[in-house]
Amino acid sequence: MRLNRRLFLGTLTASVTAPMVMAQSRPRVVVVGGGAGGATVARYLAKDSDGTLDIVLIEPSRTYYTCFFSNLYLGGFRTFESLGHTYGKLASEYGINVVHDYAVGVDRDAKTVALASGGSLPYDRLVLSPGIDFVEGSVPGWSIASQNAMPHAYKGGSQTQLLHAQLTAMPEGGTFAMVAPPNPYRCPPGPYERISMVAHHLKNNNPTAKILLIDPKEKFSKQGLFEEGWGKHFAGMITRIGPDMGAGAIEVRPDTMEIVVDGEVEKVDVCNVIPAQRAGNIAALAGVTTEGGWAPVHPDSMASKADENIYVLGDSSAQGDMPKSGFSANSQAKVAANHIRGALTGSRVFPAKYSNTCWSLITTDDGVKVGASYEPTAEKIASVESFVSQTGEDAALRKTTYEESIGWYSGITADMFG
Amino acid sequence: MRRGRFFLLLTLTALGFSPSAFAETLGDAAKGAAVFKAQCSQCHTIGVGAKNQIGPQLNGLYGRRAGSVDGVTYSKSMIRMGNDGMTWTIERLDAYIENPKALVSGTRMNYRGLADPQQRGDLMAFLRGYSDQPQNIPESEPTALRTAPDLAPEILGIKGDAEYGEYLSAECTTCHQKDGSADGIPSITNWPEPDFVAAMHAYKVRLRPHPVMQMMAGRLSNEEIAALAAYYAVIEN
Repeated sequence: MRLNRRLFLGTLTASVTAPMVMAQSRPRVVVVGGGAGGATVARYLAKDSDGTLDIVLIEPSRTYYTCFFSNLYLGGFRTFESLGHTYGKLASEYGINVVHDYAVGVDRDAKTVALASGGSLPYDRLVLSPGIDFVEGSVPGWSIASQNAMPHAYKGGSQTQLLHAQLTAMPEGGTFAMVAPPNPYRCPPGPYERISMVAHHLKNNNPTAKILLIDPKEKFSKQGLFEEGWGKHFAGMITRIGPDMGAGAIEVRPDTMEIVVDGEVEKVDVCNVIPAQRAGNIAALAGVTTEGGWAPVHPDSMASKADENIYVLGDSSAQGDMPKSGFSANSQAKVAANHIRGALTGSRVFPAKYSNTCWSLITTDDGVKVGASYEPTAEKIASVESFVSQTGEDAALRKTTYEESIGWYSGITADMFG
Repeated sequence: MRRGRFFLLLTLTALGFSPSAFAETLGDAAKGAAVFKAQCSQCHTIGVGAKNQIGPQLNGLYGRRAGSVDGVTYSKSMIRMGNDGMTWTIERLDAYIENPKALVSGTRMNYRGLADPQQRGDLMAFLRGYSDQPQNIPESEPTALRTAPDLAPEILGIKGDAEYGEYLSAECTTCHQKDGSADGIPSITNWPEPDFVAAMHAYKVRLRPHPVMQMMAGRLSNEEIAALAAYYAVIEN
């Protein structure tokens, strides 16, 4: 009671001597999406601003299951639980106001975000890091309504568990099919690492089973490395149907578990449909996306080209050469945090540097990686230098690469969640 | 203790010792034999009947993968370098003998380094006589940018901007945990600044083999490396 009274008096005094300061309290940054981009930007803003900024993180999930490394769960190299992370530290150690809700609209004139629960939150700067949503109708016959029969498993969580359950329940000698997405999409090597992990599981548990990969792209990420590994470890198990064989015009029938390729009907036991992708829907609702479905950003800051008070991170952004990956989103978040803090508190703003590395596992202790460094140019975020694992590398290097990926997972999740 | 000595070496370099002059042409093998006897033979043997002692036997050293001799207890750092693909070329051996920890931070080789490029050249000429196919000795990596880490006094003397270093460190923390955890990826927390600077320059000029680190260090300026070193030297976990 006495404390309240003191606070009240203090407020009165302050309002007399410094009305401009009291007219608005600490500048507020609202972050939508608690993944590699959103959790990181929230944590860095809170950590580096020493309480001078009010950080709100809107994320519907109480436990966040990473999409990265979820393939390793399919292959039996991780438990599902090991992919889960909570927001407790961001709230208790960093003072971030974590709101478990959906952002359902942005009023850019009023600078407010509407929540599904009915409230709304004013912001000084808004960061959108909502990941991906799917392009409706991109795979004829498939819709969100059929994602139980034919899971995408391309957002972490229950879909990952569902695909795992279907894989492990496959009949002996059955067929696992994947419909791979067209460019651009989240995690370029992801579908092919998944094929590797599924093959690894089947080789040990259901060795007469087959894998059918239907891929609308001519080429794919780390293709030489994956194909070398598939030939070496899973000979005869994987068939890839490329665009020349009709993969660009297919239909799926979730009710009967069939795929129609080039007029021929294939009966399959598991069908993993990864549709074409676009920015997480809130980016479109905020009006910061263009016709292609992604949100263009300034290469030196990740600020939206449509609104200087909004930043877009990770998969949703259209920034240039960086792949859509957790590593990229985490890298972009740090540049944005430095820029936002500079704008709101006058702290030093340093030049943007970006980087990415994607590790993939082919089978036990057989890890490969691809990566690049990036810098902003006038038009886009441009690749500076890149590297990729080589075919024919020896087992010791591949094992070291895999162990390094485990270290990276620990590192990036600590960097996101504290 | 070892770190202290290393620092002394760099300090001496800063005071005017010839910085990192690379022994471009190999020297006199006969003189190298004397250098070997004086500097190396306490721990290493070479020639007919050579056996691993405290350190590995050195027959067939050129072209050999780092940390690959059976029966030798290597540091984790050396094994990692070998797994990352580091083989012993003249260029790498030169850098290692000059300053072992600049190339392999955690090496067990308790040797402070040989500053004189002529003596190193002589020693390498001597060692070369014990490789199976001297004509096939790799001279340098095809991707090498320069011949040795550029650790001139003015570079070692740069005072790092720790605040800038903190910003730059955000690139490191995606993989290297600030609290010093080292699970698959080594800790870089609380290194003495000269060690940090030497290691980053060794990646920058591709003496150290890891492709991610070569890329990350490759675009850092001397000031940025100093800034990172200044930040990582003092952070609290």
